[in-house]
Amino acid sequence: MGLLSDPNRRRALISLLTRLNTPICIVCYMAGVAWFMGLAFEPFTLRTYMSENAMGSTMVEERFPAGERALATGREFSAHKKRTGGMPVEWLMKTMQAKGLEVFTQRFSRTLPFPDENKERYMVRGTNVYGILRAPRAPRTEALVLSAPCSPGDNNNQAVGLLLGLAEYFRNQIYWAKDIIFLVNEHDLIGMQAWLEGYHHTNTTGTFCHSRGGSIQAALSLELSSDIITSLDLVLEGLNGQLPNLDLANLFYAFCQKIGVLCTIQGKLQRNDWDSVSGYSHAVQTMMLMVMKQASGRPWGDHGLFLRYHIEAATIKGVNSFRQYKTDATTIGRLLEGMYRKLNNLLERLHQSYFFYLMPSLSHFVSIGYYMPAFGLLAVILLLRALDLWVQLSTPPQRTEDGVTDIEPVRGVLSLLTPLVISHLTGVALYMLPIRFQEMAVEHFPVSETEAVVLTAIAVYTAGLALPHNTHRLLSGEGTEQGWRVLKLVAVLYLAVLLGCTALINFSLGFILALTLVPVAAFVTPHVPKVLSAFILVILSPACTLLFSVFFFQELQEMPISFQDGWLLFLSVISQGILDHSLYGSLVYPLITLLVYPCWLLFWNILFWN
Amino acid sequence: MAAPLTLLLLVAVTVRAALFRSSLSELISERVEVVSPLTAWKRVIEGLALLDLGVSPYSGDVFHETPLTIYLFHFLVDYAEVTFMLADVITAVALYMAVKDYNKQVFRKQKFALEADRYPLDCLELIRSPKEMYYIPLKVAMFYLLNPFTILSCVAKSTCGLNNAIIALFILSTIKGNVLLSAIFLSLATYQSIYPLTLCAPALLYLMQRQYIPVNFRRASFWWFIVQYAFMYLGSLFVIICLSFFLLGSWDYLPSVYGFILSVPDLTPNIGLFWYFFAEMFEHFRLFFLCVFQINVFFYTIPLSIKLKEHPVFLIFMQLAVISIFKSYPTVGDISLYMAFLPVWSHLHRFLRNIFLVSCVLLACSALFPVLWHLWIYAGSANSNFYYAITLLFNVAQILLVSDYFYAFLRREHHLTYGLYLKRKDGSEATLVLK
Repeated sequence: MGLLSDPNRRRALISLLTRLNTPICIVCYMAGVAWFMGLAFEPFTLRTYMSENAMGSTMVEERFPAGERALATGREFSAHKKRTGGMPVEWLMKTMQAKGLEVFTQRFSRTLPFPDENKERYMVRGTNVYGILRAPRAPRTEALVLSAPCSPGDNNNQAVGLLLGLAEYFRNQIYWAKDIIFLVNEHDLIGMQAWLEGYHHTNTTGTFCHSRGGSIQAALSLELSSDIITSLDLVLEGLNGQLPNLDLANLFYAFCQKIGVLCTIQGKLQRNDWDSVSGYSHAVQTMMLMVMKQASGRPWGDHGLFLRYHIEAATIKGVNSFRQYKTDATTIGRLLEGMYRKLNNLLERLHQSYFFYLMPSLSHFVSIGYYMPAFGLLAVILLLRALDLWVQLSTPPQRTEDGVTDIEPVRGVLSLLTPLVISHLTGVALYMLPIRFQEMAVEHFPVSETEAVVLTAIAVYTAGLALPHNTHRLLSGEGTEQGWRVLKLVAVLYLAVLLGCTALINFSLGFILALTLVPVAAFVTPHVPKVLSAFILVILSPACTLLFSVFFFQELQEMPISFQDGWLLFLSVISQGILDHSLYGSLVYPLITLLVYPCWLLFWNILFWN
Repeated sequence: MAAPLTLLLLVAVTVRAALFRSSLSELISERVEVVSPLTAWKRVIEGLALLDLGVSPYSGDVFHETPLTIYLFHFLVDYAEVTFMLADVITAVALYMAVKDYNKQVFRKQKFALEADRYPLDCLELIRSPKEMYYIPLKVAMFYLLNPFTILSCVAKSTCGLNNAIIALFILSTIKGNVLLSAIFLSLATYQSIYPLTLCAPALLYLMQRQYIPVNFRRASFWWFIVQYAFMYLGSLFVIICLSFFLLGSWDYLPSVYGFILSVPDLTPNIGLFWYFFAEMFEHFRLFFLCVFQINVFFYTIPLSIKLKEHPVFLIFMQLAVISIFKSYPTVGDISLYMAFLPVWSHLHRFLRNIFLVSCVLLACSALFPVLWHLWIYAGSANSNFYYAITLLFNVAQILLVSDYFYAFLRREHHLTYGLYLKRKDGSEATLVLK
């Protein structure tokens, strides 16, 4: 407390911070970025380990024999799917009943706010089929879920086949202490959402599940499209960047090691040469892919919505590439059997291990304590800037006349309030108008509904740039020095709180936004060269960040695209973002439009203060 | 001044009415920061339902309001929204009038002191001008009515708003010098939530100052006044308690309201310090720490009244802050009451040291409360430690804020007696250090 209460030392500290403000800010930014890049360096990361006792020490034996039969069932399923032209509900029910499960169906229908062009759907109707294997050993208060999506075309038939094969095998075992629910969901996430809402009786569309098992402890979603695979990919990122408990990833990794299956995360194999440049860049790529996926806030597999109900879930994807190493369905079946037996041993929900982590490879992770400083270093810049402004504001300005001082506060509040209100109204317009105006836009312009929504969004976004920066002049004459400083102080603190909250919920999104918005917030004043700064400001605005992220993401996936394709992808990403918000309640779109964009507009406003 | 006040009231009522109609009101009334088990509207409804069924509302462990509140809402339940808006308006107007009166007195006192040449010459900067004091009452009303904390509390229909109104009326009647009304409102406030009991010290000091009774333990007039006030206070408390008894026909409410406040059985998270501590503690230490925590609220009355016996209104502010920080079930509504007084001390700004830090922390904490709650309860990825850390930080910031104002107040008084530019013995510029 000496530092806070001793006035001399306080003064020294504050003068140091204000004098060296710019260098300290630059150093902090560099340090933040360097820290973040360092996270992927293997000596700085922790090895994953199983924290949960119930899953760690016990041994299980995998005996699943019937891989070939499962594939045959998959082919049968595919034939029936082709015949009915969708989900073969009758056949599935009959088959599941034949395997000894209690079978139920759930119908659902959903109308999208506008047509989804990626998946070509608008009015969605479908049926989920699920069979419950009642636990013979326990009072059926808990359950596990294994799901496979029924996808259009030739995809995922093998997954359904394996699911049915496992159901038959599991039925004959006596050691199950939890209900196991085998779910085949139609229309991927929409079906999954309908089922989850029905199961938990939180349904808004009105279809409840007729029968339920216990409370779900964990869930795996299986995607498998070929008879033989070369590796299994683990997908963790769920809605709003939520991740399952790290123990679930550990479990998967442990069994892959035990059974000898190649496993990847983000489609990247693990490498052992961490000390070479290429090994390090490989780890960075893997981690960056995770960061980008998490920042997008959308579920990257069918498991994504389970996380919302405190259910630890992941998607396992079978990948068939041109590697020599092949794995057959029996082995995958054994892997899943092992995982479910271990999950069956759980005494309480998975909670021992981390919930906040990044993975540069499947065997290593970075926990919240390690990655938060990277964000902290960026956020501290905002606080230093705010302190600097505060000191500038609180040192008494040279007095001119007595009359000036008492009008100032009222005018100060007004000139502060108008940009705040106007930029937020622009944000609200950006949030509301695209969906509201789609019909009108389709009527008057030769565009499809989806294009109309996206283009309206971009139009409102661009119009926002032209709007607010003239208002204070109309209201209170010339903008004062004091005025922009107060506005900037408010904007900087606003941004700091906003980014802090975002980073707590979704670190990746918070970090990416901080990376682009913090420099803007730090350097903008009305006195910097206008044209150049305006250009930089636009480049670092949220929409451009998204555009760059699209290209960067493609680059990371080693699928670089031309500018034309990139632009189209950018448009579809926006429409997907809006759809994710209205379908599943993803928070990224409202966050950007209602809070981040208005905040950025405040800085735009400061630039054009005079 | 009436026109701006009316405009302010209209704006405040409009904002509240709009929020009452929106879907947000349901969300807000569930927030633990805004409602406590003592003040939640849901519990009032439950109590009313029990009362209508002819069951004692205190059977079960849901309802903890006082009998008078439930009988008030027995008649007003259909007009609840209006009642709560009215309570806020009453609080604001009472504070407005009280502060206006107080400022007049401050100015008069300052004038006498100036005429008597009691201030050192270099202190002219510290003298308050009528111009800067003119808008203070309006600012006080604005700080209360437009404070997001008050708005949230009102929209959630937290009965904290009613308690605030009673305390504000108590402050008004005290400052106007009405001894009887002051005692009655104080007993009402005590009846509602015990803790305002500590406000009797500043009230006594103020009323004595007003009637020129010296605070001297050897004077009979001093004791006579205390006896008078205590008689009025206890008398009205007795009447209220008996009235409650006759309304319900049983003493059920005593353990259920006051026992509930003092023994803290409900450990639902809130912005206070009690819940986490008592949830983590071994059971056999509970009574001891309960006493320590509760005495904490009352104890500061003694040192503060000795130090601030010349400035009872500042003492009221300090006491309100102490209560709202250390009480067992604090909500943001309690905070908003003492925050309304901040404009009254705007002349202390030049002596405040940590105001920037403190306001940043308070701002950040207010935003982080819902975020960490979401992570803990909905996402399941964080845990109670995260939330409590923010609670702790929030309370530390509040304590820093209050002690900063306390220090600034004392320092100004010091300067008013010894001069603004203090010199050391060797003639160099001296600095005041708080130790």
